[in-house]
Amino acid sequence: MDYLQTKGRIFDIQRYSIHDGHGIRTIVFLKGCVLRCRWCCNPESQEYKIQTMMVQGKPKTIGRDVTVEEVMHEVEKDRAYYRRSGGGLTLSGGESLCQPQFARDLLRAAKAAGITTAMESMACAKWEVIESILPYLDQYLMDIKHINPEKHKEFTGRSNELMLENARKVAASGMTELSIRVPVIPTFNDTPEEIRDIAWFADKLPGVKRIHLLPYHRLGQDKYEDLGREYLMKDILPPTNEHMEMLKRVVTENSSLICQIGG
Amino acid sequence: MERFYTTEIPKSDRIPKLVEHLYAKMPEIESARAILLTESYKETEGQPIMTRRAKAFAHILDNIPIIIRPNELIVGSTTIAPRGCQTYPEFSFEWLEPEFETVEHRSADPFYISEQTKKDLKEVHKYWKGKTTSELATAYMAPETLKAMEHNIFTPGNYFYNGVGHITVQYDKVLAIGYEGIIAEAKGYLDQCNPSDADYATRSRFLQAVIISCEAVIRYAKRYAVLAAEMAQKESNPARKAELLQIAQNCTNVPEKGAKTFWEACQSFWFVQQLLQVESSGHSISPGRFDQYMYPYYKEDLDKGKITREAAQELIDCIFVKLNDLNKCRDAASAEGFAGYSLFQNMIVGGQDKNGLDVTNDLSFMCISASAHVFLPQPSLSIRVWNGTPHSLMLKAAQLTRTGIGLPAYYNDEVIIPSLMSMGLTMEDAREYNIIGCVEPQKAGKTEGWHDAAFFNMCRPLEVVFDSGYDKGELIGVRTKPVEEMTSFEEFYDAYKAQMEYFISLLVNADNSIDMAHATLCPLPFESCMVDDCMKRGKALQEGGAVYNFTGPQGFGIANMADALYAVKTLVFDEKKVTMAELKKALMFNYGKGLDEASVADLAMRIIGGLKEQGIAVSNEDVARIVAQVHSMDIPETDKKRYGEILGLIDQVPKFGNDDRTVDAFARDVAYTYTRPLLKYKNPRGGSFQAGLYPVSANVPLGAQTGATPDGRLAHTPVADGVSPSAGKDVHGPTAAANSVSRLDHGIASNGTLFNQKFHPTALSGEKGLDNFVSLIRSYFDQKGSHVQFNVVDRETLLDAQKHPEKYKHLVVRVAGYSALFTTLSKSLQDDIIRRTEQGF
Repeated sequence: MDYLQTKGRIFDIQRYSIHDGHGIRTIVFLKGCVLRCRWCCNPESQEYKIQTMMVQGKPKTIGRDVTVEEVMHEVEKDRAYYRRSGGGLTLSGGESLCQPQFARDLLRAAKAAGITTAMESMACAKWEVIESILPYLDQYLMDIKHINPEKHKEFTGRSNELMLENARKVAASGMTELSIRVPVIPTFNDTPEEIRDIAWFADKLPGVKRIHLLPYHRLGQDKYEDLGREYLMKDILPPTNEHMEMLKRVVTENSSLICQIGG
Repeated sequence: MERFYTTEIPKSDRIPKLVEHLYAKMPEIESARAILLTESYKETEGQPIMTRRAKAFAHILDNIPIIIRPNELIVGSTTIAPRGCQTYPEFSFEWLEPEFETVEHRSADPFYISEQTKKDLKEVHKYWKGKTTSELATAYMAPETLKAMEHNIFTPGNYFYNGVGHITVQYDKVLAIGYEGIIAEAKGYLDQCNPSDADYATRSRFLQAVIISCEAVIRYAKRYAVLAAEMAQKESNPARKAELLQIAQNCTNVPEKGAKTFWEACQSFWFVQQLLQVESSGHSISPGRFDQYMYPYYKEDLDKGKITREAAQELIDCIFVKLNDLNKCRDAASAEGFAGYSLFQNMIVGGQDKNGLDVTNDLSFMCISASAHVFLPQPSLSIRVWNGTPHSLMLKAAQLTRTGIGLPAYYNDEVIIPSLMSMGLTMEDAREYNIIGCVEPQKAGKTEGWHDAAFFNMCRPLEVVFDSGYDKGELIGVRTKPVEEMTSFEEFYDAYKAQMEYFISLLVNADNSIDMAHATLCPLPFESCMVDDCMKRGKALQEGGAVYNFTGPQGFGIANMADALYAVKTLVFDEKKVTMAELKKALMFNYGKGLDEASVADLAMRIIGGLKEQGIAVSNEDVARIVAQVHSMDIPETDKKRYGEILGLIDQVPKFGNDDRTVDAFARDVAYTYTRPLLKYKNPRGGSFQAGLYPVSANVPLGAQTGATPDGRLAHTPVADGVSPSAGKDVHGPTAAANSVSRLDHGIASNGTLFNQKFHPTALSGEKGLDNFVSLIRSYFDQKGSHVQFNVVDRETLLDAQKHPEKYKHLVVRVAGYSALFTTLSKSLQDDIIRRTEQGF
């Protein structure tokens, strides 16, 4: 049971999450990310190092080191709700794969306890890392933000080849239920063509049935200020309902995927 | 194949018209009932009280003005003005006259009153001086009880000033055999009365009173038959003419005879529901399992092709509108405690039959639809939930919750049935329970439950502990050791328990005195003839005629007391970070956060009481001087700083509602300080006391009578609502709060517990949202929660919160998995959230 003692760094645990995976879930947010998306609603997740953020005028420490066992103690608390709803544990971040051993052992501990698992991730890691996790992962909620490598790099700081390649490999493995999630960000990827390209790509992935279009929201904006950072998307408004519905039609007209707005 | 017809039946055009008419004007107080009642009482002086009650009821029904409102299919109105109310001077009247000039303009539940009505009532009130139940109850009470009430330890206001209500009668019996059947039954029992029987006098007069009352009800219905026929004659619209003729026919047949059609059954139900509320001013007259007793009539009409589903839905919708036509004017203070013109007519769908089988039927679904169609506060719709409850019914209920109407309330069979059995109900009866008023379970047609017998403020005895049994300078409780001298938490907790025990015994005295007053002055023969075993025993409900008799006073402030006692234990005794003397002073000075008038008066009275205790005479000038001194008193900055530190330390102590097993176990024990002592007491009807844990909306006004508490709550702010965690203290979301609440012993609180949860509508959006919501309820119930209801925050609330952030400090919105205190977000983000709120549906 050594894996229960594996340590990792998280910045939040959120219970009663109902928009990320099946049923009622507990999300564990791992700290540290490989990307620097301009619209990121969890900017405090990006750095691996423990940070201090000013929240309503009071300093708050963001990030703490915990063992798998300690996290599982929290996750266990909502078992009654998982049982009724088919929910369980979801890893999010940051990019969980930045802490490969911790992420794997968390998922493994959940499975050993009879709790279902999901992970929100961009698949931005070496294939070996992902491969080691797959046996313990029931549902993979994979972000695909853009098909064009240059534009991807411009807005997130990295090109997308590795992620797209990993998406194909995860799908081909057949070891997990893979769903594609697209944050719809005005000025970045909200044209019908861009969404269509992502839908085409996702449609070709074997086993993928669902695609989620997640409308951009500004709920993380205050946190940039709290971290003493500038928010680069101040002037961008969230997409309208009508626009989201139009993009949903683009997906369904161009693929056989089930498309949903929101998580 | 689907077992139920779940397709949504659209609402007819009639319904919005009925609602619009009902709400066109401010409700009005009328005087007809009070005048007729008084006329009859004057004529029956010296007769048995039972006879006088029945004759007065009959005199009212024979002469009170009647009206059929435009477009009505179900008729019977207690007032000419829509949503108007009559008055009930036999219970209390003295509060009303001084409020004549303010009742129209008060913020909670205003009523219009005409000059003529004021004059009429003033005249009538002359007769009632010294003749009311509230005056007799006061005369029955022990002096220490009156003192405790004066000091706001508890308030039995409900039945002290009004009728009892809080009952579900045998609607099924009236539907089946009509009042002619009940009269025949009463005559049968009367024939068995032998003049030489010891109880002949009371028994025979009770049965005669039943007959007088039922005959009056039949005549009242026939007045409507005549009115409808007259209106039909003058009606030019042929469709409406046909409706009026049918109404005339219905009122000729029922409630005299058993109902032959669904429409007749609806009309018969309505007369029972309405007239119970003419006989007495008691609220929470609860229709109960309407989907069960109405179903045979619906099924038969539907099978024979005599009615369409649409027509049946329209009739149910009409009844739901009518339930809002009944109204009641309470005194200003009570109106705040029961805000919202609510009569708490609780109707429940689903659940099990006496054999433990699920009884969900088409009407269960149609009642939920009706609530969505009329979108009014009455009836208080409820749903019984157990493992066998169909998922489709749960989804239908969740859809109604999502609208933001705050209905239905969800009840857990798996807790309530054994809980009722522990109070002596048979398994069969327990399985057939319904809910009275807010959350009180009982078996219909067999119970006089006295369910809402008082509000007991669990915070006040703790205040008394801090002053060794004194309050406002007067010894009102048990003399306990000065807190500064206490050396262990056990000693402190024992002092709290001693005060609780003592005040609970006084609460029992208050309730029993009121109970006796009702039996003596206001027995209710009409209500009693529809509850077993009143007729068999020849006793009214008020005299102990029911099979099951209870008295259920409510305790509230559990979360505050759990947090407060836990804070004292942690900070004073375990960690020794605060001394008892410091804490006492911090509470006295409201943690340095300013003293309002009430706090100043409290402090001054404490000082004056101390002087008197020492044998020092205090003149009026002294009093004025002391008050002025307290007023101008400056709290030294160093003290203020320390109070601030103490508040900070309290804030760090874990709180109830966060899924912390230690604190939750502690809260469970604190709840026992109220629920356990009550169980040993008996009421005059031969039944026992049972505890409830819920405050209706009294947590706000009664919190205003409560000083600062050691949980960090400031003086005169609201106390926690029901068994819910203190507002804003539960910070780990709905599952954590529900887990904590489920760790209280809901079973022992057999008079009901109340748990409120607030949600943002996106939490219920889409099919998946509804599924998860249903799972949340079922999981809470798996863990032995008893009741839960949901406030879904709507757009208007959020807009109001933008304007008045101070009122919404604890409003948490969860959007796409992100939680935030709404008022701390910037304007533009708030706008985003408001926009998302609209998209939630």
